Amino acid sequence: MPTSPSEPPERSGPFDLAVVGAGPAGLAAAVEAARRGLRVVLLDAGDRPGGQYHRHPAPELGARRPGALHHDWREFTRRTAALDGLVRAGRVVHLPGHHVWTVVPEGTGRRLHAVAGPDEAAASVRARAVLLATGSHERQLPFPGWTLPGVVGAGGAQAMLKGGLVLPGRRVVVAGSGPLLLAVAGSLAAAGARVPAVVEAGTYLGYSGFAPALLRNPAKLAEGALHGGALLRYGTRLLTRHAVVGAHGSARVEAVTTVRLGPDWRPLPGTGRRIPCDALAVGHGLVPQLELATTLGCATRTAADGTAALVLDAEQSTSVPGVWAAGEAGGIGGARLAVVEGTLAAASVARALLGGGAPGPRETALRRRRDRLRAFAEAMGGVHRPGPGWTGWLRPDTEVCRCEEVPAARVTEAVDVLGARDARTVKLLTRAGMGWCQGRVCGPAVAALAGHASGEGAVPDRRPLSCPVPLRHLAELPEPPAD
Amino acid sequence: MSKSQSPDAVIIGAGVVGAACAYYAGRAGLSVAVVDRGPVAGGTTGAGEGNLLVSDKEPGPELDLALLSVRLWRDLAALLPADVEYEAKGGLVVAPDPTALKALRAFAEGQRAAGVEAAEVPGDGLRALEPHLAGGLAGGFHYPQDSQVQPARAAARLLAASGAAVHLGEEVTGILRTPSGAVRGVRTARRDLTAPAVVNAAGTWGGAVAALAGTELPVRPRRGFVLVTEPLPRVVRHKVYAADYVADVASGSAALQSSAVVEGTPAGPVLIGATRERVGFDRSPSTEALRRLAAQAAALFPVLTDVRALRAYHGFRPYLPDHLPAIGPDPRVPGLLHACGHEGAGIGLAPATGLLIAAALTGEPAGGVDPAPFRPERFDDAPDTGRRENTP
Ligand SMILES: Cc1cc2nc3c(=O)[nH]c(=O)nc-3n(C[C@H](O)[C@H](O)[C@H](O)COP(=O)(O)OP(=O)(O)OC[C@H]3O[C@@H](n4cnc5c(N)ncnc54)[C@H](O)[C@@H]3O)c2cc1C
Ligand SMILES: Cc1cc2nc3c(=O)[nH]c(=O)nc-3n(C[C@H](O)[C@H](O)[C@H](O)COP(=O)(O)OP(=O)(O)OC[C@H]3O[C@@H](n4cnc5c(N)ncnc54)[C@H](O)[C@@H]3O)c2cc1C
Repeated sequence: MPTSPSEPPERSGPFDLAVVGAGPAGLAAAVEAARRGLRVVLLDAGDRPGGQYHRHPAPELGARRPGALHHDWREFTRRTAALDGLVRAGRVVHLPGHHVWTVVPEGTGRRLHAVAGPDEAAASVRARAVLLATGSHERQLPFPGWTLPGVVGAGGAQAMLKGGLVLPGRRVVVAGSGPLLLAVAGSLAAAGARVPAVVEAGTYLGYSGFAPALLRNPAKLAEGALHGGALLRYGTRLLTRHAVVGAHGSARVEAVTTVRLGPDWRPLPGTGRRIPCDALAVGHGLVPQLELATTLGCATRTAADGTAALVLDAEQSTSVPGVWAAGEAGGIGGARLAVVEGTLAAASVARALLGGGAPGPRETALRRRRDRLRAFAEAMGGVHRPGPGWTGWLRPDTEVCRCEEVPAARVTEAVDVLGARDARTVKLLTRAGMGWCQGRVCGPAVAALAGHASGEGAVPDRRPLSCPVPLRHLAELPEPPAD
Repeated sequence: MSKSQSPDAVIIGAGVVGAACAYYAGRAGLSVAVVDRGPVAGGTTGAGEGNLLVSDKEPGPELDLALLSVRLWRDLAALLPADVEYEAKGGLVVAPDPTALKALRAFAEGQRAAGVEAAEVPGDGLRALEPHLAGGLAGGFHYPQDSQVQPARAAARLLAASGAAVHLGEEVTGILRTPSGAVRGVRTARRDLTAPAVVNAAGTWGGAVAALAGTELPVRPRRGFVLVTEPLPRVVRHKVYAADYVADVASGSAALQSSAVVEGTPAGPVLIGATRERVGFDRSPSTEALRRLAAQAAALFPVLTDVRALRAYHGFRPYLPDHLPAIGPDPRVPGLLHACGHEGAGIGLAPATGLLIAAALTGEPAGGVDPAPFRPERFDDAPDTGRRENTP
């Protein structure tokens, strides 16, 4: 069975551990697991490791100092160097450009099927254990004008900047909610854009209610202050309890309207103000990416920010035996937490597969750090959780699902007249969420619009295909042995 | 909208069958309340495909029900909003080889005698109907009566048009009965709804509802998967499937069987479905089901080979041991009626079912179809109903 760690494993396995996602969590996990003697395969949909956080320009772009846009750049380069070393030593097989579309039981382990590379080749690997480090994507709440060219996701703008060194515009309003906004505004300003305003629907004052969690994380406080200070220098105004409720322009955005919000995020009449700009970077925090996990049957919870996140125990195990998770799949919490969780999950997998005693002092310290960071993340998530009043800025004709062009009025009809009570039925009745993005963009908004009827928390859809799969991949799967 | 706390009938289930019962009962002048623990179409209806087929049914009671239903759906389509996406597109059943064609011809002959329209299409005539069909097929039959609705919207629009009082998000936890055992209403966490009649339209969960009323109905789940492709220009015009499908439907086998029905939709995606297997309520992914669907679709339409599947979904068909639904009053529990167990044809059979239930509630004769084969108590007569389930 297990070959010696120095012997190059076959590229299709069987591996001890398959890590899905090479963001901060997956990268840390792959390195730690291989160091502990596991044969690891690391799959990621992206072409280069780093996930959403360590987006970096393609080498062809010849960026001189890619690290200038990143915190923790040194730690990241150290970890990718470690990964490269482990790959060269044959202890990790790294499969970039592999989008895993499903994970199914096989023998005592599992098989992962992926769509690989630009020509969409079929690939699959087998492993005894699976670690999901699939991260998150951005939460969007629609508003009139959000489909105009020049309106981009806040995280998307950051990714564009990190990945291609492109600015979305010259005068960029940053809006939405969540701690990411300040980071995005800072990066845009540092890269030469003018950021007239950061429009935050929540209020940072809310953090003080969680002083205990904050005080246990002095590094976080310092980071916050740093963002604030830098922005002041660039002349950026910070508007809290405000939202952008309209983007205006003919061919592209030329201005936005902001309003003040009540405590439940209801727009307050008569408070509208126009801010001229040529781009709007908007986002309402992040949503865990759970397609693979929920199809595997992993239990979820409603996190403080209102999103569905995986239920994980102290070992980073999901509710499904043999499946671990780390990073934002278990709840939005930032890159540092993701690294800690990745390390802990790998340690736990190694213990489960190779045996070994109780966690040592390093692991115990890491666990404490994780719990602190998690508590902080939950506290912050609660502060930026969208208030129910946000739907007050929708107009009947505001497109909610852009893929299928479904306006808000149709969603409201489905809920109020036709008896939909959740995102799934709204989808069936209106097609919202049935298009290319499969509800990744409109999902949270549709769930919020449908949810008031049932009052239920976020329930993720089960999705046997986590990305588009050419029919021939399915048709050419091996037939099971006849019984 | 009826506001009465004591309607003439309470219907349990807001799937397509419950909605059709509500609609026809309302049309017959009865006041009705519909109760569902979830949203409208949140059960199997929301996982169904919306084929209204006569082509796959052998002569007999189910075909009679289907023939009545396709007529009723056509009438309903004229009354309901266009978003139910009714389309009388017709079915095309193809035979890969002369043997299959011969069997199909004999099958179609019997169907014609029962009132089905079926026209033979020679092998070289298939492409006139379906330009992208694979070459080398022996021939097929065109069934112009086969048609289509979007099931969730059809159910929701029928329910909205019924005028029934609708209570969603309320599970029926008890059936109220008089000291003599007759039904007098239902209980939910929020209310008691009293009524002289209760209709069990709980689909795959119909057995559990029957048990609440102190009786039995052996409804079981049969899993099915459907594959949905990316939106395409119209490459498939009819409902197209291979002839072995008819054998699968009548089979009692628990093994996975499939013969994919391939069809285009107004929005562009091609639907490929569905597999049938009896694995209880197992929600785990099955790549084997997806493999078969994809392989069969690509065999029928080679152009689909490089098309991407965007999603797959599954549901649990409600089936009874003899593959016929239970429709009508339950003589074992006065006041209780059943309308469930429609297996893979509940969307197609819903209107005729609703008509039969409305007739039973009003005591008028049902036009057109003999309700006797659907008697809910028929499994009492055959104590060995489990037999067929055990055959491979
Ligand atoms: C758009 C965006 C911008 C962000 N910008 C910042 C920022 O500027 N500053 C900041 O502090 N934080 C930012 N964040 C948050 C930060 O990225 C996360 O905190 C951190 O990356 C979490 O790490 P992770 O490993 O859990 O997930 P991620 O970094 O998201 O990594 C997940 C990886 O999994 C891969 N993946 C997912 N599903 C599959 C699959 N089925 N098959 C194969 N691979 C898969 C993805 O391609 C991705 O590479 C941003 C997040 C997003 C979404
Ligand atoms: C993959 C697949 C494809 C299919 N394709 C087709 C097709 O093309 N054509 C076709 O005609 N049929 C098709 N079917 C079959 C069809 O979907 C079903 O026969 C039909 O939807 C059954 O409808 P129903 O109203 O009886 O059940 P359901 O839609 O399941 O409704 C029953 C309702 O009862 C409710 N309920 C249950 N118990 C309680 C309780 N105690 N209290 C309150 N409410 C309760 C449930 O919440 C549910 O909403 C397909 C099925 C599947 C799975």
